[in-house]
Amino acid sequence: MVQRTLSDKLAILSDAAKYDASCASSGTSRRDSRDGSGLGSAGGSGICHAYTPDGRCISLLKILMTNFCIYDCAYCINRVSSQVERARFTPEEVVSLTLEFYRRNYIEGLFLSSGIIRSPDDTMADMVQIARTLRERENFRGYIHLKTIPDASPELIEQAGLYADRLSINVELPTEPALEKLAPQKSARTIRKAMAEVRLRHDAAKETTHTGRAAPRFAPAGQSTQVIIGADQTTDATILKNSSALYAGYGLRRVYYSAFSPIPDASAVLPLVRPPLQREHRLYQADWLMRHYGFQAEEIAAEGMLDLDVDPKLAWALSHRDQFPIDVNRAPRELLLRVPGFGTKTVARILAARPHRAVRYEDLIAMGANMKAAQPFITLPGWRPRLLDAPDLRARFAPPAEQLSLF
Amino acid sequence: MRQVRLPLVGTIPAFRQELRRLIAANIPPDQVIWHRGGIGGGTGTDLFAAPATPLPDGPPIPLARDAATTIETALSHSDPERFALAHDIVLRLHGGTLRWGDPGDVPLRRITALAKAASREIHKMHAFVRFRELDGQARRRFAAWFEPDHPVTEAASPFFARRFGDMDWAIATPDITAIFQNGTLRFEPTADTAPPPADGAEELWRVYYRSIFNPARLNPRAMESEMPQKYWKNLPEAALIPQMIREAPARVQAMREAEIAAARPSGPTPRMAAVARQTAPAPAPEGGMDGVRHQAEGCTRCPLYAPATQTVWGEGPVDARLMLVGEQPGDQEDLRGRPFVGPAGQLLDRALDIAGLDRTKVWMTNAVKHFKFEPRGKRRIHQRPNTGEIRACKWWLDQELMLVQPQLVVAMGATAAQSLTGNGAGIMARRGTVEEIPDGPPVLLTLHPSYALRARSPEAREEAFEAIAEDLRRAAEMVA
Repeated sequence: MVQRTLSDKLAILSDAAKYDASCASSGTSRRDSRDGSGLGSAGGSGICHAYTPDGRCISLLKILMTNFCIYDCAYCINRVSSQVERARFTPEEVVSLTLEFYRRNYIEGLFLSSGIIRSPDDTMADMVQIARTLRERENFRGYIHLKTIPDASPELIEQAGLYADRLSINVELPTEPALEKLAPQKSARTIRKAMAEVRLRHDAAKETTHTGRAAPRFAPAGQSTQVIIGADQTTDATILKNSSALYAGYGLRRVYYSAFSPIPDASAVLPLVRPPLQREHRLYQADWLMRHYGFQAEEIAAEGMLDLDVDPKLAWALSHRDQFPIDVNRAPRELLLRVPGFGTKTVARILAARPHRAVRYEDLIAMGANMKAAQPFITLPGWRPRLLDAPDLRARFAPPAEQLSLF
Repeated sequence: MRQVRLPLVGTIPAFRQELRRLIAANIPPDQVIWHRGGIGGGTGTDLFAAPATPLPDGPPIPLARDAATTIETALSHSDPERFALAHDIVLRLHGGTLRWGDPGDVPLRRITALAKAASREIHKMHAFVRFRELDGQARRRFAAWFEPDHPVTEAASPFFARRFGDMDWAIATPDITAIFQNGTLRFEPTADTAPPPADGAEELWRVYYRSIFNPARLNPRAMESEMPQKYWKNLPEAALIPQMIREAPARVQAMREAEIAAARPSGPTPRMAAVARQTAPAPAPEGGMDGVRHQAEGCTRCPLYAPATQTVWGEGPVDARLMLVGEQPGDQEDLRGRPFVGPAGQLLDRALDIAGLDRTKVWMTNAVKHFKFEPRGKRRIHQRPNTGEIRACKWWLDQELMLVQPQLVVAMGATAAQSLTGNGAGIMARRGTVEEIPDGPPVLLTLHPSYALRARSPEAREEAFEAIAEDLRRAAEMVA
C-alpha cells in the first residue's frame, strides 16, 4: 500500500468520525496548567471553537484511530463490506495532532473512536495507550472522550476511565431487533452491560475507600450514548422511552440522536432518504423536556411520533388545554415549567420575583419569556388569555403549509 | 463637570478606585464624564469641565457578589455610557434605593444586557483566538491577532493563562496586547497590529475542518448564528466555507447516485471471510447449570428483557441443600448481574448470619430474573412483576430446582410464593409455615427482605427482620 501522509490520514479518519454527534466538553473535573507544569484546562462549560457549514460545532478533535473494522454494521461507513478508503494513525500521530491543535486553540481536547481491528481488547488497549500518553507523558489536562468498545474487558474500561473525562458506548439502534438486523456483530445486551459497568465504576469513584482515601478517578464527565434515527421503523415514543430507561439506569449525561445520513458507499439494506433533521431536532427537544422540565416519556410522544410542525412542549400544551391557563403568580414550579415559552431560567426568575411583588405581563418579557408562545396559556394581572379554546390555535403556531408552485 | 480618564490597561481597577472617590465625595453620575485611554492621559477635551482636582480615596463599597460580577463584566462592553451607568447603579444599590434583580428598573436591565453582550464576546474570544507558532525556543512561543467587538482582552486573558501554562504567548488586539511570558501575564498598549505569519499546523487544521463537515446536513444559517462573519477574517479555516457550501449539494447527489446504481454490490470483500473467522462466537456451553444459564442470558420469554441490563441468574453451589428465592433483581443486582447484592441483599446477609447460615452454601435466586422498573428521572423505580411475567420465568426457576435438587426452598415474599406454590396471597399469615408442592421440595414461606427495609414504622421493620431471621433459623434446622 502507498504510504499515506499525515494529512491524507487525517482527511480519511475525520471523515469517518463525523457521524458521531457528541461534541460535549463540559462538566468534568476542574483543572488547569496555570503553574506551567503541563498543558490545558477543563472543567467549565465547554467551548465550541469553530462551526462547520452543517451548523455543528467543533469542540474536540473527533477522529478514528483507524477505520479498518471487522464488524459489518449496515449504517456505518467503516463496516468491513464498505469500499471506503482505509487508514490508520499511529498512537504518536494522534498524540501529536491533539497537542498541536490544542496549543493553537483550535480544540478543547480529543474525541477518539475506532474501528475494531484484530479484537475488541486490542483496539481498546491502543486507545487507552493514547490517552495514557497524553496524560502521563505530555501532562495534558484538556478533555478526553473515549468511545468505549462494548466487548472490551472490564480492566480496560477501568483504565480508560482513569485517563478519560467521558466514556461513551453507542446503543446505535433503538431496539434489539433493529440492532440484530443492521449490526449483526453487536449485541444490545453487551452494550447495556458495558454501560452498567461504567456506571458502577463511576459511582464507586465518588466514594472514599474504607481506608479513607479517595477512590481513583473514573470518567468525571460521566458517560453518553448515541442512537441513529431513521435507519429503521422505530417510533419516537419507543426511542424516548428507551432514552429515559438509559438515563435512569446508567446515569447517562446525554443521549445523542443522530439523523441517519446517506453515507458514501452505503449498504443496500438502508433507506434512501434525506436525513430526518427536523425529527432529530424534535427528539432533542423532547429529551430536554424529560431531563429538565419533569416530563415523562409517555406524555410527550403519546401518539407515537412527535409533531414536526410545533415543538413538543407546545404540542403537549395544545392537547392538554384543560390544564391551562396557569396563574403565573400562584402556580408551583412544576406547572410553570409546563408553560410553552417559559424556560427554566424564566421560571427561576418568576419564582425569585414573586415574594417581592406580583409579576406582570411586561415583567415576563424582561425575564426572557417567549410571550408569543406563552400568551394563550397564562393569566396574570393585566392579562387574560382569549384564544385558549380557539380551534385554530395550533395553526397559529405551525408553519404555513407550503404552497405548491405552478409549473 | 468632572472629567475622569481611565487608562487603557487596568481600566476596571482604575474605575473602581475612581468610583469610590466619587461616591465618598458625593459627586452624582450626571456630573462626571468618563474617558478610557487617550493621549498621554492628558487634560480632557470638554471645555466646560471643571479642573480635575484630585479627590481623596474612598472606602470600598460592599456589593452582593452577583451584582459586582455583572457590573464588572458590563465594563468590558464598548458602550461609551457604561461607566456612567455603573456609577448610577452602584450608587443606588449602595444607598438602598435599588434592589439587585428588580426587573422593572431600566438602567439595571440595560447593564445586565451589556454584561451579557460582553460576556458573549469574552466567550467568543476564548473560542476564536488562533495561535500561530513563532520561531523555536526551549519554551515554545505562540502569537495571535484578534479583533473583539468590545474591549474584553483583559477580562478574557486569564483563561488563556490557565490553559496554556507551559508556553509563552501573546494575543494582540486593536487596543491592548496580552503577553504571557514565563508564567507571568501582563498587558501593554498594542504596538504592532500585523497578524503573525501562518504556521504549518494550519493546513492540517483546514484538512480537518473540511473533512468533519457533513454535506448532507448543510445548514449555513446555524453556523453563522454561532460564528458570525465578522470573526471570519482571523479564522484560518473560514476561507474554505464558501467552497464547502457550494460543493455540498453535488457531493450529496454523488452519494445518492452511487446508492441508486446498486449494481455495485456492497461486499463481500476479501477481508470479510478472514474477519468472519475472527468474530465467530465462542461455542456455547452445553447442558448443566452453565448451559441453562447461558440460554437464560438470551431469554425473551416476556418483555422485561428489553430495558433490563441482564438476566440475573442464581448463584451458589449446584449441590446446595437450601435454595432461597426472592422476587426479582433490583437496581444494583441488575447492574452487577448478581442476586442479592443491593440493600435488601445486605439485610438478608445479616439475617443469614443470625440464622447461622453460610451464604456461600446456599443457592440464591429470584422468581423473576429480569429487573422490572419504571424510569423516573435519574432513578429506576421497582415495579412488581405481574402473573404473566412470573409464569414466563417459572420455567427457569424449575430448571434451577431440577439442577440443584435442594432439600428445602425458602420463598421470600408474595412473588416467590406465587411462583412456587401458585398462591401469593396472605404472606403475613402464611409465613413460617411449610407448604408442599407437587414434584418439588417443601417450601418454607417468609417475608421478602425488602419489606423489612420499606415497612412504615421502625418497629414494623424490626419485627419483619426478626421474622425473616427466625424463619431462616428454622430452615437451617430443617436442612441440617
